[in-house]
Amino acid sequence: MQYQFLGIGFLTWITFLPILGMVVVLLIPRGNANAMKWIALGATILQLVFAVLIWINFNPSLSGINDPSGFQFIEKTRWIDLQGVGWFGHVVVDYFLGIDGLSLPMVILTAIISFVGVIASWNINKAQKGYFALYLLLDTGMMGVFVALDMFLFYVFWEIMLLPMYFLIGIWGGPRREYAAIKFFLYTLLGSVLILLVMLGLYFSVSVKDPTTGQMMHTFNLLDFMNPKNFDPHSLLGGLGTYWRDVAFIALFIGFAIKVPVFPFHTWLPDAHVEAPTAISVILAGVLLKMGTYGFLRISFPIFPDAMLKFAFPLAVLGFINIVYGALCAMAQTDFKKMIAYSSISHMGVVLLGIAALNTQGVAGGVLQMFNHGIVTAMLFLVVGVIYDRAHTRDMSAFGGLATQMPIYTGVMTVAFFAAIGLPGLSEFVSELLSYLGAFQSFQWVAIFSSIGIVLTAGYMLLALQRVFLGQLPDKWKGLPDVTGRELVAFVPLMAIVILLGIFPSILLHPMNASLNHLVEFVQKAGSGLMAAK
Amino acid sequence: MSQTIYQSFGYILPETILSVFFVLTLLTSIVGKRRSKYLPAYMALLGFVIAGIFVLNQMGTDELVFSGMYAVDPFSWFFKVIFLVAGILIILFSLQSRELEATATKYAEYFSLIISLTIGAFFMAGATNLLMMYLSLELVSISSYILSGFTKESARADEASLKYVIYGAFSSGLMLYGISLLYGLTGETNLYAFNQTLAIGGIQRITILIAVVLILAGLGYKISAVPFHFWTPDVYEGAPITVTAFLSVTSKAAGFAMLMRFFKIGFIDVGAQPVVAGMWEIFKGFRWTDIIAALSVLTMTIGNLVALWQTNIKRLLAYSSIAHAGYILMGFVTLSNFGMSAMLMYFVAYLLMNLGAFYVVMLVANKYHTENIEDYKGLGYRSPYVAFALTVFLFSLTGIPPTFGFIGKFYLFAALIHTNYIWLAIVGVINSVISLYYYLNIARNMYLRQPSETSRISFDFGTNLLMTLLIVPNILLMLYFSPVLAWAQNSVTMFGIR
Repeated sequence: MQYQFLGIGFLTWITFLPILGMVVVLLIPRGNANAMKWIALGATILQLVFAVLIWINFNPSLSGINDPSGFQFIEKTRWIDLQGVGWFGHVVVDYFLGIDGLSLPMVILTAIISFVGVIASWNINKAQKGYFALYLLLDTGMMGVFVALDMFLFYVFWEIMLLPMYFLIGIWGGPRREYAAIKFFLYTLLGSVLILLVMLGLYFSVSVKDPTTGQMMHTFNLLDFMNPKNFDPHSLLGGLGTYWRDVAFIALFIGFAIKVPVFPFHTWLPDAHVEAPTAISVILAGVLLKMGTYGFLRISFPIFPDAMLKFAFPLAVLGFINIVYGALCAMAQTDFKKMIAYSSISHMGVVLLGIAALNTQGVAGGVLQMFNHGIVTAMLFLVVGVIYDRAHTRDMSAFGGLATQMPIYTGVMTVAFFAAIGLPGLSEFVSELLSYLGAFQSFQWVAIFSSIGIVLTAGYMLLALQRVFLGQLPDKWKGLPDVTGRELVAFVPLMAIVILLGIFPSILLHPMNASLNHLVEFVQKAGSGLMAAK
Repeated sequence: MSQTIYQSFGYILPETILSVFFVLTLLTSIVGKRRSKYLPAYMALLGFVIAGIFVLNQMGTDELVFSGMYAVDPFSWFFKVIFLVAGILIILFSLQSRELEATATKYAEYFSLIISLTIGAFFMAGATNLLMMYLSLELVSISSYILSGFTKESARADEASLKYVIYGAFSSGLMLYGISLLYGLTGETNLYAFNQTLAIGGIQRITILIAVVLILAGLGYKISAVPFHFWTPDVYEGAPITVTAFLSVTSKAAGFAMLMRFFKIGFIDVGAQPVVAGMWEIFKGFRWTDIIAALSVLTMTIGNLVALWQTNIKRLLAYSSIAHAGYILMGFVTLSNFGMSAMLMYFVAYLLMNLGAFYVVMLVANKYHTENIEDYKGLGYRSPYVAFALTVFLFSLTGIPPTFGFIGKFYLFAALIHTNYIWLAIVGVINSVISLYYYLNIARNMYLRQPSETSRISFDFGTNLLMTLLIVPNILLMLYFSPVLAWAQNSVTMFGIR
């Protein structure tokens, strides 16, 4: 526990700082909108500071995943500890936080996106108090998901996110906000309850020795779930490759797939992304989608390695469908924001393809793509936000020739677009390359067909670029001002990251390498070795 | 240990105190100002508090009194605490109700009926004899018939009361017939003796099933399980809000207490190891818990689906309470102690969230004069704190963290997974998702829609305080639920049966 500040661990700080900010925001009397914005900004900047501290102090040689000693910044205390009556057993829920090479990029991403989101929220002019309070609550939920190592805790964070999200879309969103908000909530809750049931199944199937009393007890500890030896042989999820384990894997898959979203569970996404205010779209695309794929890697794969190997091919095919279907849908859009929403589906397909390959390149590419897509999509949504704030329309065909009117804006947008296309030298090139490389080794034909997606992406992105920035500038947009300083504050760091990671990806690949190698090795071995033993 | 009659009186002190205060509260109508609501209310409160002290004294007692008629055990103790808290809260709510002011001269009767219903509920929770069960059920029923029609100037209250009486009379008739069949078959009215007779066997299987189903009809009516639920929406809508809230918690919890005790003492094979697995030889080849599982699925599904179409918030909460009866029944299907303790935990959650929701509905009815969900439009901007409170209660009812309702549901599902009732757990979670839609519909009106009028309406300090007292445990008990869990676990012990 050497990483502490005021006696409280770094991860607790980074998770609960926003809550602290929320309390302060709630105490500020109504009308002081500026104070609230600055508090929110302050909280997220501090969060960013902690993220940087964590990144600096992170030891890249430790693996994590299923190895308790490989986790860093660990905080573990008993949250619920009940020595119950005989038939009930010992009930334990731990407050167990820790990160490894898989969660580190996500923690940094969440901190960056939350910060950018506050800047993008500067123009919110309705009920600011509620907005920033909910925003900060959302921030805590997101961060909590990425640092929790106890499944109960994970689930609580996962669910806590839903409430603020509903209101943020529903109150501050676009014209169809009510529909979009409820759709988002219902979809994700349906996914969550499936996760809940699997969690309970795991709870009753796994027992470990209580370190204090020496008795056997059930646990929600994710790391204990990953050790096949802990499963009681005759329990529901005991054994390997059994019917119920497959069912549990699929239930978990649906729960996470709704968040990603994987086709056919994606229909909430275009609605939610389009109707949400800019900052919330940024958060949704930048962080929330990653929770789904993070869930696969953190929970589904290492706990059900047998089922994972069995279902790897269908997963890759779903990845392919996501890539191509998302790209085709994006191509058909005239609404700028909707196009980007569909492009998210396409890009998350690359993540799915990469991790389904289950080799080092693929998984590393997938995780890197999660990070890169978070940054790039955030930029894209900000780009849309800028133009929408000025012109109050997102219809791409209404624009044209903006390059002469808004040169800086055009520069920013070009970087974002080319990053999304995967131009060498920008971040997404590396991650897509690795993902496809990995996929090619495992599922040659799926990878080959998926690569159509790259062409399609270039197609719709360039088409959009052409429609909005080239050609004749309509008269009514002659007065549009260029990006302001505040907007640049949001863009510049993101742009810097995109370029930096494009040239020098190993600053992020290096710390996650040990963990992901270990993950791949563990899942391959646990899955296939034990399957053979069966 | 059985007690002599004389000794037994010592064990029903809380009930005795409440009976005394029933009379005292009634008598306040002759002294003091006739229209004052405070004197009878305080008298009733005093009664609850004193009875509460005696109830607290009984903690941990495990005795069978009045020659096996009545059990004073941790199980009934748990429910007594719930009834007391509910009663006290309802009295406090009633003091603020505008609806009741129309009947200002009859406050004394109103509060004394709340006491009498609570006495009935106490006896229901502890009854271990078929006759005792029936009598206490009737005491609760009759009190609730009068209470639901209390504002007799209102036509819909009259309708509610009449419907309630007719349905009630019919179901208790069925139940009585079931009881007489059981008595005829076994020659016993005591549940323990009944258990032993069943253990010996040689009893006609089909008759006993009919008897059980008939008794289930009476109990199902009290807990408003489908298909005995038809009275619920009308009565809940027609009765004064305070009475609706009271019925939805106390009367329902009492019904469940009796249901659990009846089956657990009467039908579970105590010799079987583990105890929970025990089902009688006589029922071999027929899992009678399947009847309960079917009831549970029907109850929650119909409750939730019909709630989707409601426009009146009281009616909506009525259907939601039907759905919640379904959830709670899921815990019963497992027949395990785990499931029972999950049910008990759910009652704590249900008490907090349901009373909270009804309280807000009453406050809104007081100031905005409406029960229409459409009229909740913009409540979040006109009365922010009340709207926030209702949001917390609604999310608790849905079962989303960080509210205690989540823990309640969590343990119910845990019990189901524990006993491999996976299909039922899936039905349950899908129902939770459905219920989100109509609960969220209220939140949507409050926050996502702009009010036609923007003037703020605030509530006084006492109201806000009471509301806070309901919000805080709803959230706090989620963050730290082990005391409730421990309490619920220790309370599933019934006299002589673990």
